Amino acid sequence: MARPEPRPSPPVSDEVRRTTCYMCACRCGINVHMQNGQVKYIEGNRDHPVNRGVLCAKGSAGIMQHLSPARLRAPLKRVGPRGSGEFEEISWDEAYEIATGWLKPLRENAPEKLAFFTGRDQSQSFTGYWAQAFGTPNYAAHGGFCSVNMAAAGIYTLGGAFWEFGQPDWERTKLLVLFGVAEDHDSNPIKIGIGQLKARGAKVIGVNPIRSGYNAVADEWFGITPGTDGLFIGALIHELLRAGRIDLDYLARYTNAPFLVNVESGHEAEGLFLRGEDGHALVRDRRTGRLVPYDTRGIRPDLAADLTHDGARHRAALTLLAERYLSDKYSPAAVAERCGIDAARIRALAAELARVAFEEEIALDRPWTDWKGERHEKMIGRPVSFHAMRGISAHSNGFQTARALHILQILLGSVEVPGGFRFKPPYPKPPEAHPRPHGHAAPGKPLDGPHLGYPLGPEHLLVGEDGRPLRIDKAFTWEHPLSVHGLMHMVIANAHAGDPYPIDTLFLYMANMAWNSSMNTAETIAMLTDRGDDGEYVIPRIIYSDAYSSEMVAYADLVLPDTTYLERHDCISLLDRPICEADAAADAIRWPVVEPDRNVKGFQTVLVELGARLGLPGFVNADGSPKYRDYADYIVNHERRPGVGPLAGWRNPDGSGQGRGAPNPDQLERYIENGGFWIAHIPEEARFYKPWNAAYQEWAVKIGLYDSAQPYVFNLYSEPLRRFQRAAEGHGPIQPPEHLRARIRTAFTPIPDWYPPFEEELVDEEAFPYHALTQRPMHMYHSWGSQNAWLRQITNAHKLYLPAEIWEEKGFEEGDWAWVTSAHGRIKVPVGRMDALNGKTMWTWNAIGKRRGTWALHPDAPEAVKGFIINHLIGELLPPRGDGMRWANSDPVTGQAAWFDLRVAIEKAPRGEEAEPVFPEIASPVGRGPGIVRFGEAFK
Amino acid sequence: MTDLPRSTERKLGLVIDLDTCVGCHACVISCKGWNTVSADNAPLSDFDAYGPDPQGTFLNRVHSYEVTPEEGGAAQVVHFPRSCLHCEDAPCVTVCPTGASFKRAEDGIVLVNEDDCMGCGLCAWACPYGARELDLAAGVMKKCTLCIDRIYNENLPEEDRVPACVRSCPAGARHFGDLGDPDSAVSRLVAERGGMELMPECGTRPVNRYLPPRPRDRAVKGSLENAAEDSARPSGFLGWLDRALEAL
Repeated sequence: MARPEPRPSPPVSDEVRRTTCYMCACRCGINVHMQNGQVKYIEGNRDHPVNRGVLCAKGSAGIMQHLSPARLRAPLKRVGPRGSGEFEEISWDEAYEIATGWLKPLRENAPEKLAFFTGRDQSQSFTGYWAQAFGTPNYAAHGGFCSVNMAAAGIYTLGGAFWEFGQPDWERTKLLVLFGVAEDHDSNPIKIGIGQLKARGAKVIGVNPIRSGYNAVADEWFGITPGTDGLFIGALIHELLRAGRIDLDYLARYTNAPFLVNVESGHEAEGLFLRGEDGHALVRDRRTGRLVPYDTRGIRPDLAADLTHDGARHRAALTLLAERYLSDKYSPAAVAERCGIDAARIRALAAELARVAFEEEIALDRPWTDWKGERHEKMIGRPVSFHAMRGISAHSNGFQTARALHILQILLGSVEVPGGFRFKPPYPKPPEAHPRPHGHAAPGKPLDGPHLGYPLGPEHLLVGEDGRPLRIDKAFTWEHPLSVHGLMHMVIANAHAGDPYPIDTLFLYMANMAWNSSMNTAETIAMLTDRGDDGEYVIPRIIYSDAYSSEMVAYADLVLPDTTYLERHDCISLLDRPICEADAAADAIRWPVVEPDRNVKGFQTVLVELGARLGLPGFVNADGSPKYRDYADYIVNHERRPGVGPLAGWRNPDGSGQGRGAPNPDQLERYIENGGFWIAHIPEEARFYKPWNAAYQEWAVKIGLYDSAQPYVFNLYSEPLRRFQRAAEGHGPIQPPEHLRARIRTAFTPIPDWYPPFEEELVDEEAFPYHALTQRPMHMYHSWGSQNAWLRQITNAHKLYLPAEIWEEKGFEEGDWAWVTSAHGRIKVPVGRMDALNGKTMWTWNAIGKRRGTWALHPDAPEAVKGFIINHLIGELLPPRGDGMRWANSDPVTGQAAWFDLRVAIEKAPRGEEAEPVFPEIASPVGRGPGIVRFGEAFK
Repeated sequence: MTDLPRSTERKLGLVIDLDTCVGCHACVISCKGWNTVSADNAPLSDFDAYGPDPQGTFLNRVHSYEVTPEEGGAAQVVHFPRSCLHCEDAPCVTVCPTGASFKRAEDGIVLVNEDDCMGCGLCAWACPYGARELDLAAGVMKKCTLCIDRIYNENLPEEDRVPACVRSCPAGARHFGDLGDPDSAVSRLVAERGGMELMPECGTRPVNRYLPPRPRDRAVKGSLENAAEDSARPSGFLGWLDRALEAL
């Protein structure tokens, strides 16, 4: 009898190779166990700052992604009609020749005719650099349909935002409030953090229409009605103000609450701050009554100031804020019904926030000195923290809602303090320290600067003298002036409409725009295949790069096959979206732990090669020879500024440089030896109060985050927003078009003021009484999960989940199907009941539904038969208003795709076998996956 | 029919915190990943892996349940990971006709000797928890081994000598240790948090324990007093503000 040894101790593997996960956007460190040159087992890297050893289901299933039957095998040239999936395999030389043959004339004549957009790209500082060198203004990644409202509101208010920009002080916070969190974002850190809080009995509160995931473990759940978070937050602020439970010392020192706003009606400077001759905002010093620059040492700024200066009345910004939120509009009783939450519970939450912030104050014995030179003996903490993502973000009022949330944090004095919300380097970084947007193209020339940036006023918009948008997605125009991540969701629709101009080549990377990454999927597919009167495609050329046989592949004319994440170089860079922690700066790499066994190349290496073939500046030497061998060579040798490159660790040939230093040819080896990442801890005295802490500012300059200290105060009142609002009132030489004036006046209030989501305002509420949302399961990311033999066994079928209220009213029973209708479209789907929901809201898992023929799945796989996406219900445009204009279904400030604004009706349908609409099967360029998988057999 | 040891020296097992489990399935997949390459056992196969009816072998699965409190209030969701509970009176062992299923006297782990397993499935029928799965390719019964090839494995760093599911759990909801030792960390956790046996009425005396969810929706109550008599009005607030600033 071969019973196991009492204490079996088998060898685990031949070797462990440590790299970075790419099963979602979280970027955890992984230990890849190798045996006989093959990947055997993947676990979390205990030393890694992001995941500290743990790993989610996606990460552990990485082997199945790496071995996916849906992997593309070679470059493909389309031979059938677009959308058919008929391709022939070609060589890389031929692929490069086709691509350069299309792109070279564009660069020479009209670089803007290339639209280059990347999806879940983790190399935006590189892809953006390439696009800038090409000279097209038409570049962005997927932030416009993801969470730009969150990012932009954070930067404009705090100089940082949630997720990559900051995190709760997990060690010290005593109360965490989560708003509408997307469970794929910062996934392991949030789970680790919630676990830590639970272990020490700290409370977690969830504000979300759906009680799943983090909201399921929350001690208290507020099942809010979608789109009303801004009202809810306003009511919390109302309560705190009414009770005087705000941190006055914090507001006076670290925010623009005491800045003096000109409130003289009709005055030329109405709504702007009173500034001294050097441009410094002034405040009233309560000790002397005199007006002094806000950053004068030793003053007591007057938060209640109300004075007349040069004949104009000026008031401290805080008093204007109090007037807004103490109005009846924001009383708990007034918002309760609309939010779907009892007024008493709103009052109770406000009381709890105040109790924890002010009665459970933390005082760390850590002296520090502020940027004015004032020494503080202690670090005072308000242990209330918040986190929010897409539930707030993906609404047409999401920017101002996110801003309101940040204002709530500021009033509690809980940002950058112990127990509160903390920035991760390179944040804090105020809008002023970011670049402005650039979009002026010229034939044969690079773009005049980086594409994306933070406008401070109308002078920074990208609008031609004729009023025409410079960018295909109309980013940085009056339609959405602060679209700091671009509007990827508008590119195909605008290119198809030739509005603002036609393009020639659409070049996409890692963005499944023919399926779950588009609003209005059915029509997007039609646009990609539409032909003009001349019989040619309206969007003449499409190049796509992906590692897998996704839905979008079939719509490309040329497919550039990418590698899996275990076969490639990458850098998770401080120039881009790094992996820093609140106590440390960090960056990381991926490296090929195995070489591809197919004719594929890492997309960034392909861009390096294309850049050289096109002779792009920065990609060729003076003699025209290629500057970089491949992406790895770029990572090591590229310098964005002298001494500052993609990776901060082990710079200088001896590896001595941290952040700054000359390129080091052995840099990647040093990273690999260290487990794939680099980390530099922030000195202890610099770890809190970062925007104002002299020691932090000095450290940030030293490691190259800034070139000079950048202290600033938080913006309760946003002057950049006011500048756009003033233009809409008629001030200044740069004026919005007439039809947008009213909207800009409403949406650009310098203190957030809630307005209803646009779709809600336009559709008949009786006809479309309900909300419909999607969220991703924790064990899947975008559309990638279905090719994964292990993950798809957890979820390969889904339903539209309805609350008891709707279920009973409509008489649904288990096994029923429904027609779901919006102003835009109609789908037929299976339904199920879930009681832990907001009573007006239904939801489903995103991206389980697949198109037949894709992802190497059997055409009868549940994903392809009963799986569905609700994208068909969501327009990229708002329902017509009868004015003949195309109105984007986007936030008017940032252009964020407003896909959570969706309103629907639902009716019982005959039971079905197949979700509708049904799309024809696509020919698979990779065949179908095998019947039986016995992974592990090779290692026995 | 196989005998159980009269007692075991240790009672190794898992304590699973249902208050903290977010239902992410990390444990499900790390378990699959480790155990399918485990040196001594057949792989955990996946049939119809990309087809209409995928059927794979998993030693651990997570189920989600909705609960509406009897006393009223909003419905709640509980995530429930399910794997072998390493019972002291394990019916899966006593029912085994070949002796393939056995419970170890030294640590209480219930195992299957795959060489002796003929895949009859009696043990799966006997287990009230549904914790055993017959691997369709190998034709042998599969179950949680508490990662016996990890927990004693001197090729792993000491801190990694825990089951794969415990090593990976992002929320820290899974704990491993000796539940026979009242002073072990897991036993103390069970005592503090009222850890429960699963289905004690079955008489299987499971070793694993579940920590129940803490009460929900009772965390916040009360409301704030006005700062001043009329501070709910802007004018009253400004008066309060002025006084508060003077007092700072």
